[in-house]
Amino acid sequence: MSTQSTRLAARLMVAPSVILLFIWMIVPLAMTLYFSFRLYRLLSPERTGWVGFNNYIWFLNSPDFWLAIWNTLALVGGVLVITVVLGTLVALLIDQPVKGQGVLRILVIAPFFVMPPVAASIWENLFMHPQNGLFAAISRGFGAQPILFLEQHPMPSVIAIVAWEWLPFATLILLTALQSLSSEQIEAAEMDGASAFSRFRYIILPHLTRAITAVILIQTIFLLGIFGEIYTTTQGGPGSASTTLPYMIFKQAIVAKDIGRAAAGGIIAVILANIVAVFLMRGLGKNLDA
Amino acid sequence: MARALSPRRRLLTTIAAWFVALLIFFPVLWMLITSFKTEASAVASPPELFSADWTFENYTEVWARSDYPRFFWNSVVISIGSTLLGLAIAIPAAWSMAFVPTKRTKDLLMWMLSTKMMPAVAVMIPLYLVFQRVGLFDTKIGLVLALMLMNLPIIVWMLYTYFREIPGEILEAARMDGASLWNEIVYVLTPMAVPGIASTLLLNVILAWNEAFWTITLTTTKAAPLSAFIASFSAPQGLFYAKLSAASTMAIAPILILGWFSQKQLVRGLTFGAVK
Repeated sequence: MSTQSTRLAARLMVAPSVILLFIWMIVPLAMTLYFSFRLYRLLSPERTGWVGFNNYIWFLNSPDFWLAIWNTLALVGGVLVITVVLGTLVALLIDQPVKGQGVLRILVIAPFFVMPPVAASIWENLFMHPQNGLFAAISRGFGAQPILFLEQHPMPSVIAIVAWEWLPFATLILLTALQSLSSEQIEAAEMDGASAFSRFRYIILPHLTRAITAVILIQTIFLLGIFGEIYTTTQGGPGSASTTLPYMIFKQAIVAKDIGRAAAGGIIAVILANIVAVFLMRGLGKNLDA
Repeated sequence: MARALSPRRRLLTTIAAWFVALLIFFPVLWMLITSFKTEASAVASPPELFSADWTFENYTEVWARSDYPRFFWNSVVISIGSTLLGLAIAIPAAWSMAFVPTKRTKDLLMWMLSTKMMPAVAVMIPLYLVFQRVGLFDTKIGLVLALMLMNLPIIVWMLYTYFREIPGEILEAARMDGASLWNEIVYVLTPMAVPGIASTLLLNVILAWNEAFWTITLTTTKAAPLSAFIASFSAPQGLFYAKLSAASTMAIAPILILGWFSQKQLVRGLTFGAVK
């Protein structure tokens, strides 16, 4: 169906999206790259000049750097594991012929519609607060000391909050996939004496592969940039305990007001994101019928 | 794969499913309950599931103390505006990718998605400076553009997966009958793609409504939407739980209700067509 003129028209129709996205990507990236080789401190604006790789060297040698990398990977990995495992279990449960399935779905999907600052502040204040939070009240009810979630276990607490936000997404996609699995196949396996575990392992899980792939790919894109939840709850602390790479860059730019170093961190983050992206797209992209 | 269960197992499964669903929903429910308590009852120990003297006061006070209608209106304009603009740019692109694919179409789609992997914080300062320079800082237009570009890869991708399911023969038949490209898109493709376009629209309105980085970074007062409204409320230490809950409820209620009504359309779109 592709005549010469159709092909030309097709190119012209893709062009606006590609050009706009290219500008949206390249202008800030080029500016960040430029700043990353400059001395650029908001507190001493009179001192400027090229500093070579000094900003990068500072950033890579900062004691927080490897912690921030580790925290970023722990956040992405932790949330992915929790949402995929719990999402599968919840989806299997809701998929059973239970009463009020429609209402169940509505309850389960709700966290997805809660904007991140709201989710973070509900958890921080109403649940994890050491004096007034619900968890502290429950601990007291059992005669135990309240757990200092955000003070002593900042990363697990942040991971739990973000996992709560993303659990509905994983559950709904896995549920949709489950519903397209034919019940005859399961019944046949049951008649042949397959245990519940082997039914799951050899029939249900292979059927869910594509859905799990989609969940991992889409969530990673959003999780790599997680910022608001940390800003609202721990501010990267205590100390640097919950500082992720995006948060470390933010601290350099806004607290230390060193744009050069923040820009070097930005470039490092972009490189890291690209490494993750290549792994994901190569490894998982094939699974998705793009 | 719903199957029959014995009545006893069915009852147990129902109880378990409801318990898990309520557990997941509980934080939202607790926020809702707290928003109707007095401040004293909100921090009472042991906690009160239902306060004896429940009140609307928190809502009236939040309403009086802040300019909620302005934040709300900014959220509506920004989320709907960015989505409509994104659709206008993405529909032709998705059409061409779905019906006149080239060798590079898949790479192009992957590239578009990969632009979303750039951490927003990494490019915050440059965008802030650019927005200041060209006069887009703290304007609704500026945020419409920023959020449109942020969600454009998702819009293109979702539309592409919907369009690909439309049989190309129908478009060819229209072309044989002498329809121009424009007419083909407007009168043949678009009506068939309405369900797909609708769910793309819904998902992106929700994503834009809940966006809380650019909307806070690129605004101060004039164009600030509900994400900034709630950020200004989330500093209290214990004393304002009921008001914080009321403000939170006011910020999320519109999109929660929209999402509930449209959840069926949303789910398919969410998977980029990977799951049927």
